[in-house]
Amino acid sequence: MTGVVATSLANVLSVARLTLREALRRRLLWALVGLTVAIVAITGWGFQRIAELSPIGGSQELLGLSQLLVMIAFMFSFVLAMTAVFAGGPAIAEEIESGQALALLARPLRRGELLLGKWVGLALVLVAYAFAAGLAEVGVVAAVTSYAPQDPLGAAGFLAAEGLVLLTLALVFSTRIGPVAGGAIAVVLFGLEWMAGIMAGVGEILNNDGLRAIGPISRLILPSDVLWRGAMFGLEPPADLLAAAGGPGAAVFRVSPFFAAAPPDAIWLGWAIAWVVLALGGAVLLLRRREL
Amino acid sequence: MTAPTAAPAPTAAADPPVIETHALAKRYGATLALADLTMTVPRGEVFGFLGPNGAGKTTAVKLLVGLTRPSGGSGRLLGAPLGDVATRRRIGYLPELFRYQPWMTAREVLALHCELARLPRERWGGEAAAALELVGLADRAADKIETYSKGMQQRLGLGVALLGSPDLVLLDEPTSALDPVGRLDVRQIIAGLRDRGATVFLNSHLLTEVERVCDRVAIVDRGRVVAEVAMRELLDDRSVRLRVDGLGAADQAALARFGRLVPAADGWLALTGIEGDSVPDLVAEVVRRGGRVRAVVPGHRTLEDRFLDLLAREEPGPRRSQ
Repeated sequence: MTGVVATSLANVLSVARLTLREALRRRLLWALVGLTVAIVAITGWGFQRIAELSPIGGSQELLGLSQLLVMIAFMFSFVLAMTAVFAGGPAIAEEIESGQALALLARPLRRGELLLGKWVGLALVLVAYAFAAGLAEVGVVAAVTSYAPQDPLGAAGFLAAEGLVLLTLALVFSTRIGPVAGGAIAVVLFGLEWMAGIMAGVGEILNNDGLRAIGPISRLILPSDVLWRGAMFGLEPPADLLAAAGGPGAAVFRVSPFFAAAPPDAIWLGWAIAWVVLALGGAVLLLRRREL
Repeated sequence: MTAPTAAPAPTAAADPPVIETHALAKRYGATLALADLTMTVPRGEVFGFLGPNGAGKTTAVKLLVGLTRPSGGSGRLLGAPLGDVATRRRIGYLPELFRYQPWMTAREVLALHCELARLPRERWGGEAAAALELVGLADRAADKIETYSKGMQQRLGLGVALLGSPDLVLLDEPTSALDPVGRLDVRQIIAGLRDRGATVFLNSHLLTEVERVCDRVAIVDRGRVVAEVAMRELLDDRSVRLRVDGLGAADQAALARFGRLVPAADGWLALTGIEGDSVPDLVAEVVRRGGRVRAVVPGHRTLEDRFLDLLAREEPGPRRSQ
């Protein structure tokens, strides 16, 4: 039994290594890294100009900076989501279409091991990107404006987790439909989930139960917005600064789609983890039943 | 390319069959791809699996390798049930339509497959080098697959299938992209595999290739095996033609004890239904009766003739296109 587990683990790691090597040799990844460096540099320059034009002193200015930072983080979140979807979408589908899967699966390699190996490899790329890009941006902003969010590491972690949810979703589609179609559906679902989060927020403001209910329903289907809200919360100012600006209930925050009044509930975080596990299990079952 | 050299295989009469299937069937929706495949392939045999396009050949190979699940029937490969993952360590497989990672070099592809086959790491280099040498790609080992022609990819695929000296090698149309030199190389490789006692399951519609290398063949049509027979038996038509001078009509008629005389012209005598070992006796008899033998041509039917005969005997009807 132990031998079987060890062999399975070795197979998963072999595929993960293969996936990582493939990602590192793709020009797309390096183009992404180059663009990210450029974005960090340009936004850093922008923050510096803001600081020069209007010296950062009061809590209002710092809160304004925090909102800008969250907006930039949203862009990173979008880039991460696209990377997850367009790396995950073809991961299995393209290998089946091209015949690469035939050659690999003729080895003592289970389909589930192939899928999990792909997930691990791509997950490492996404996590590394989320932490590197997120912390670089926060670091540059802190250096030029002295604004330090309350939990930058947590924010990067939530960004990474959001990417993992979308990667998993894309892999589920990848077991059954073509690479482009699967990626496109995953992007649409990601966008809908983000919009559903905003609509639920509007429901909160208007005290409308119907709109409010959209939030939990959409999070049950795809928990990406829960994680995005965690990322936003981590990039917001520390509690004392927030209190000085009127607290989380202040009107300026209540209407902003780039503000989270609290970190995600533990239950929703638990659901996000369970969702990934269940979705991966479903993807393995779908792939096992797929005709090659 | 050079054929691998190895000691001849020990006799394996008591060995269990390498491939054994019973009423194996595969259905894709409403399409019956393979029906009632029952066959046995002993160890050390080069077994040809022939059939027209859409006959179910590739489906059969995928079922054997465990890449698809049967809709009915059962089978065993190297003693284990079909689909057993651990058994795949002992088989090599060249798919019909496949591609390797285009961003990798040939050497890297081979190392990857050594890793997935769970060969000891210290063997990877030697296995890859031997495979590259065998399939004639040693000088292109460091080139990326994306620069390879289709034929070179097929050669590499063959090299991958031979890694780790598998007990069973399944080749699905291994020469479809190869030039005549490449085809000769493949025949030599298959001969080498037979010499070292490996079993080869050769799936092909190139009949001349099969005729030259296979010990036994199964012919499949519309998902059903229509014949399974030793190659020698399949091709033997028990006839001979002789060009003879100086033999009178009575002497010619006397030769009928060797077989049935068939009228022929221009000095040729033809006999059918002749026993395989009696041709030298026939020639001696002609000489004894004063005939001068100018030529002796044993009858030979090509695999193509037999193949077409067998297919023509089947019920007429549309064949599924692949």
